[in-house]
Amino acid sequence: MSYFRAENLSLHFGGLKAVDAVSFAVEKGEILSIIGPNGAGKSSIFNLISRIYRPTSGRIFFEDQDITEQPPYDIAKLGIARTFQNIELFENATVLSNLLVGRHRHSTTQLWQEILFLPSVRANEKVHRRRVEQVIEFLDLEPYRDKLISGLPYGVRKVIELARALCSEPKLILLDEPSSGLNVEETDDMSFWIRDMKSELGVTVLMVEHDMSLVNRVSDRVIALNYGRVLAMGSPAEVQQHPDVVAAYLGA
Amino acid sequence: MRFLFKTDYEDDIKLFPHSGYVVTYGVLLGLLLIAPYVLSSYLMSQLVFVCIYATVGVALLILTGFTGQASLGHAAFLAIGAYTAAYLQKYNVPFPVYFLAAGVLTGIIGAMVGFPALRLTGIYLVIATISFALIVEEILARWESVTHGNEGMRVKTLSLLGVAVPRDSPTFYYLCLAVLVLTIVGTLNLLRSPTGRAFVAIRDSETAARSMGVNVALYKVKSFAISAAITGFAGVLFAHKLSFISPEMFTLQLSIEFIIVILIGGTFSLHGAVLGAIFIVMIDPFLTYLKDDMPGIIAGVAAAFGAGTATAGDIEAKVAAFASLNGLKGAIYGIIIVLFVLFEPLGLYGRWLKIKLFFQLFPLYKRATFKRQKIYVKSERNR
Repeated sequence: MSYFRAENLSLHFGGLKAVDAVSFAVEKGEILSIIGPNGAGKSSIFNLISRIYRPTSGRIFFEDQDITEQPPYDIAKLGIARTFQNIELFENATVLSNLLVGRHRHSTTQLWQEILFLPSVRANEKVHRRRVEQVIEFLDLEPYRDKLISGLPYGVRKVIELARALCSEPKLILLDEPSSGLNVEETDDMSFWIRDMKSELGVTVLMVEHDMSLVNRVSDRVIALNYGRVLAMGSPAEVQQHPDVVAAYLGA
Repeated sequence: MRFLFKTDYEDDIKLFPHSGYVVTYGVLLGLLLIAPYVLSSYLMSQLVFVCIYATVGVALLILTGFTGQASLGHAAFLAIGAYTAAYLQKYNVPFPVYFLAAGVLTGIIGAMVGFPALRLTGIYLVIATISFALIVEEILARWESVTHGNEGMRVKTLSLLGVAVPRDSPTFYYLCLAVLVLTIVGTLNLLRSPTGRAFVAIRDSETAARSMGVNVALYKVKSFAISAAITGFAGVLFAHKLSFISPEMFTLQLSIEFIIVILIGGTFSLHGAVLGAIFIVMIDPFLTYLKDDMPGIIAGVAAAFGAGTATAGDIEAKVAAFASLNGLKGAIYGIIIVLFVLFEPLGLYGRWLKIKLFFQLFPLYKRATFKRQKIYVKSERNR
């Protein structure tokens, strides 16, 4: 059985088939990229997995468990974290508290304990903070830790989103266009981090990306989509050579 | 300027980041404790109202400031707390019991309001909470067997452990102060733990909060319940302070006053609730002063500039008539809100921070330091 599996996943908006009977599997510890022209249904697949949309049909399995009917907040509890294409950070909070929200799935304390701030809450807080500092160190975010998000540049926000996802100690991380809006150097950094995430933290990565150089550098396998359908699947080189993919990008 | 060197995770968790805070708040608490022996009885009474309003302000801050759910229904929660106290008092229930009962009952009702409010945001939520407040007001007026309708209810003198605590005694003031301080400490504790961070997450991006594992619906209901419960506690004190309650005391105007408390104080910090409460309690005597004395002063000025006695008298009468117009107070409140939203969105506490920074950085303070930055494009699709 594969680690993560989507079976015949479909999402229809009326007559529009945003995602049409897509099946794929992600193996534990691999980096799988989804590519495709605009409107191919890449982000829709992510939104289906994180349950922002409800699939019209099809099923999603994670660690042999059917998660198609799980409520959205349970997806994170299972160990699937995600980032967003258009950065969804908590604007009026500091970087540190943004990252601490990432720890939410590990919080075990009850409301009344928190109001009294019992020793157990304090102990938990220290654990959360230690883990957050590790992620801050991993992604070189030290200069920004006490800054408000609303004052930070785009490139840094992108990294903070990745950091927030990592703070939840995910098993599977969904990256929605990690390099969009980044310059060449920042994209380089991102590619190193994505590979380090796999090798050092043992996180499985599912990624939507337009930048083919980044895809080539980090991906183990690539899926190409167009009009909600899978065109090709395989190694980066194979997929780029595939006639259907070439046709989809350049026109037949 | 002071630089803090953090050497322990504890440094980020502490309530008082450095010794300066301990000194400042220690002195403040000391002053508040000796206040009954220094201030006049009128000012003491105002101070009690400041405590009660600030408690409600903190409650409203949890809901509106930190969770981002606007509410114009807090007068209704205050009323439920007050009436619960007055009703249970008739059956000789001791103070600690009906105090807790009022908070718990109001909290449960708050959670019940929270459920239908889950699908509403922004202006629609405001309308829903207004209608809740109107329903409560109507019930208070009609349910005569319990609330005595528009005749209102007398609230007996508070008795704590067999000792009577009159509403203008120092003990009653200490009680209100204790409730306020405990509320603030509890809220600060909440804000530095996962629940408080989940509230802020919901305020800033529900989608992101959900994808981080926050059960948005549950936390919104929690926020409503906590906010309502605190307001219920304040309601008990409010009832005792007024010693008589009737439905027309808990109108929309009171809810608006609570919104003013946090808007003017500053919605991003608990300091705002206290500053806003001082403002709203002190503006009333100020307006009364203007109403009583302004016509005479204006007439005096007119006379000094050569208007005849008859003209001056005429002006005085006209200004007095204008000053006692119905609804003038509401209009003044409205103008104050508009001015603050336009020119000082961070409220009085924001202004205080700017003044503080000015002196810390002197002479390097730049006027643009607090200028609001450009907000980057935010996705609206997944909302």
